[in-house]
Amino acid sequence: MTRTVRLVVFGAGAAVVGILGVLAILVLPAFGGPAHAYRDAAVPAAVAHGTSNAVSSINFDLRGLDTFGEETIFLTSVVVIAVVLRSASDETEQRKKSAGRPLDSTVFGGLLFFPIILIVGLDVVTHGHLTPGGGFQGGVILGTGIHLLYVAGTYRLLERVRPVRPFEWSEAIGAGAFACLGISGLLLGASFLANVIPVGSFGTLFSAGTVPLLNGVVGVEVASGVVVLLSKFFEQAITVRPAHRRAAKTDDKSSSPRER
Amino acid sequence: MVTFDHGAAALVPLAVAGPIVVACILLVAGRSVPRLAVDVTAIAAALAEAGLLAYLLSSAAGGRLVTWVAGWTPHHGYSVGIVLVVDPLGAGIALLAACLTAIALLFSTRYFESIEAHYHALILLFLSGMVGLSLTADLFNMFVFFELMGAAAYGLTAVQIEDESALQGGLNFGIVNSLGAYISLTGLGFLFARTGSVGLPQLQTGLAHHRPDALVIAAFVLVLTGFLVKGALVPFHFWLADAHAVAPAPVCVLFSGVMVPLGIYAAFRIYWAVFAPVLPLGDVRRTFLVLGALTAVVGSIMSLTQRHFKRMLAYSTIAHAGLFVVALACLSVAGTAGALLYVAGHAGVKGALFLIAGVMLSRYGSVDELALYGAGRGQKAMGWLLVAGALALAGLPPFGTALGKAVAEDAGSAAGYGWVPVLFVAVSALTAGAILRVAARVYWGLGPKPVEWSQARSSGNVGEPETRLQRLPVTMVIAIGTLLVGALVMGLLPGLHSVANRAAASFTDSAGYANQALHNVHELVAAPVTPNWTGLGLGLGFLSAGCACLVAVAGLYGSRLVKFLPGLRAFRSPIDLLHRLHSGHVGDYVAFMMVGIAALAAFVGLPLR
Amino acid sequence: MSHYAYFVAGWLIVIGALGIVRSRNLVQAIVCLAVAQSGTYVLLLSVGYQWGAAPPLFSEPATKPTLHVVDPLVQAMTLTDIVVSATVTSMLLAIAIQIHKRTGSIDPDELDALRG
Repeated sequence: MTRTVRLVVFGAGAAVVGILGVLAILVLPAFGGPAHAYRDAAVPAAVAHGTSNAVSSINFDLRGLDTFGEETIFLTSVVVIAVVLRSASDETEQRKKSAGRPLDSTVFGGLLFFPIILIVGLDVVTHGHLTPGGGFQGGVILGTGIHLLYVAGTYRLLERVRPVRPFEWSEAIGAGAFACLGISGLLLGASFLANVIPVGSFGTLFSAGTVPLLNGVVGVEVASGVVVLLSKFFEQAITVRPAHRRAAKTDDKSSSPRER
Repeated sequence: MVTFDHGAAALVPLAVAGPIVVACILLVAGRSVPRLAVDVTAIAAALAEAGLLAYLLSSAAGGRLVTWVAGWTPHHGYSVGIVLVVDPLGAGIALLAACLTAIALLFSTRYFESIEAHYHALILLFLSGMVGLSLTADLFNMFVFFELMGAAAYGLTAVQIEDESALQGGLNFGIVNSLGAYISLTGLGFLFARTGSVGLPQLQTGLAHHRPDALVIAAFVLVLTGFLVKGALVPFHFWLADAHAVAPAPVCVLFSGVMVPLGIYAAFRIYWAVFAPVLPLGDVRRTFLVLGALTAVVGSIMSLTQRHFKRMLAYSTIAHAGLFVVALACLSVAGTAGALLYVAGHAGVKGALFLIAGVMLSRYGSVDELALYGAGRGQKAMGWLLVAGALALAGLPPFGTALGKAVAEDAGSAAGYGWVPVLFVAVSALTAGAILRVAARVYWGLGPKPVEWSQARSSGNVGEPETRLQRLPVTMVIAIGTLLVGALVMGLLPGLHSVANRAAASFTDSAGYANQALHNVHELVAAPVTPNWTGLGLGLGFLSAGCACLVAVAGLYGSRLVKFLPGLRAFRSPIDLLHRLHSGHVGDYVAFMMVGIAALAAFVGLPLR
Repeated sequence: MSHYAYFVAGWLIVIGALGIVRSRNLVQAIVCLAVAQSGTYVLLLSVGYQWGAAPPLFSEPATKPTLHVVDPLVQAMTLTDIVVSATVTSMLLAIAIQIHKRTGSIDPDELDALRG
């Protein structure tokens, strides 16, 4: 279809859907209202299992299967990226000589913040059941924090500190450990992903049963996954050299007028 | 309140977690062990999963299995946890998924010359997503497993990265299906705002006894959109042909056999579990009969006029998906039973056809009907297998497809729609006739040399085969044979129709579903005991097979036919336009998706103004 | 307006879809997909909000903890949603990179390997 026809078709559909959407929204309960049935039932359940952070309780205790599915999606997508961004049979790897070096202030900032970021990431992961945070959030902080070595240093330094293979393993092991923790609940005569560990004392590090354990496992998985994911993109940008360069098709279109 | 259940119900989450654990093991150890070990582990995992699901199916035969994950059972009819409800139909689809996965992995052992353990891990993760979607009764959980299926599927489609069409197909697939899933999530948000829960039984309780207002209609339309995109209902279907044309053959077996029917299953599961007591039956029935029939017609026309064999099979899947929707749209026990049987038979037959297409690609380096004219003259055995598959697809008794088709046709006419059997016969004949035509051209060299008549069609000369075969490996023959024999045996099993009736009765029993999940009330619904075959069903099956042969003959000698009937030439232009609409451009697909949501809204909403 | 937040959510979804339809660049299309999804975050979080309520964090155990907190379920669902979005976006971007390497173009109008 031409551009105009496509926009007209979309517009017609969106108009009808928009009308239905507006009519539906007008019937929704008003924003900020007091009636929240799930909250009324979930908050006592979370507190009864010794978890200060009700959101973490929902994520890992009340609705743990959702989080299990979600971290499996994360694992799957990193595997997909590893498959899609693999070296093709007609490509070679090439090491470019690093050109120039970062500013002294950048290097100083990197050296200063690198340990701070790692500590903050670990803190967010381990205290997920007490304060906002958890495995995913802390894992992303850790995974991206390692790349300060690239920003403030060189790509070669980054490669030496994070060999990709062990991180691929730790990601899969993290994901498998989540499943095994769940299955251990089953083996202990309870149920899959049941909170079987004693809940400890409220508000301290050792509380909420399995929630901090699952947080830690997810943190390991997500941090490793982010490292592997970014490493594949870096490889594509920096080291992989395609076998042949097709002439960019956009070159000969740049001078022709765009269809409005 | 936390209580734990015992017995079969406690094992249900294991069916989801099991393949994931094996996938993780393969990801860690896959590079250090030989390829044979990886293949065997993956196949063993799929077979173990099938065994577990067969056990769950037999336990569920006496009534649904209900388990609240982590023990969060309901208190006064309300619960904060996630519920998994295993009824015979859900367990049956999950079992089908596991069996097809094992066969696809068996075929892959020799189909791919060199492939990493990542492929096997993705297939197992895909399996766990499919099993999770079939067994769960919580809408947000359905979204999560739907996305898991999607993530693995996008990767499996784009696995042949040297082929630019594979990448484009994977991208179109990814963008369209993800957008559909996000739209479903919007509907979920509306439902949560109204009822305060996301579990299907709780949603039913929350929506019951209220008038269906704009919010309920919007929620119905939006929630179903994502699943109907996966189920390839027109006009959400454009991504399917692209994805199937470029994904490797064993992956297409899973896509056509289980993934597309799962989208339709999820849509109707949500309807029966949540919306059936609220929305008027007649409106919903009319909506899906019309859209299903349209899907079947568009799919069969596109399939008939293709030259790319895998694309032809993909459009045939779309056509049959339309037929499944028509059968389910009768909103009766008989229609649902027919759809279930038809899905099972179709999975075996379509899977075998895709594997044959894979063999064709490996042997000849192409799946183009025009380029391969006469290329297969030496391999008649494969030709006969293709003919058998095509006739099975047409509905030749006693294949399972014929049984399902007969039951569905009967349900349609019993519901008062006499055109349903006509549609079924016509669509099966057209799609199967196209495949017979391909078999005749490629393996027997019949008919005059074909010519290209439309520049809008894809040629089948894209892509490099994964391996070049001289002799056909035993594993591939076993895989194809198992699928065809399985479909054949289906129609010969005594009492299968009654089993399907019981599964359908459980599926359509909305009140029982909610009562058992929330209040632990066990009530067995009566289901009619019917013989497998009726005279009319057998007759229509042979009629379809015969018409398929006629369609094939007309296709082979069609150019001579046009000389006698010049009126046929008038069809060329609209068909060409239809081909041009399937442009491969993701912007077109999203535009049509919006039109589709509008159509659903109009069909369901306007009668309720 | 007591429903403003919901209209913002709906607008984001529609404008994201429009972006994909109009786009001449695959990376832009993929980011528009992420914009459409951010509409769902806004919708979910708005559904769970309550004026003047506290975050769902508790400092001491109580048999009847205060219920004057915002709904934690929508926050948990949004967290899951964000992870799904990030993973899907990164997968699609990886495919887009490979498309550019293979065909030299990233314009959907110029990708013609699949049609009919």
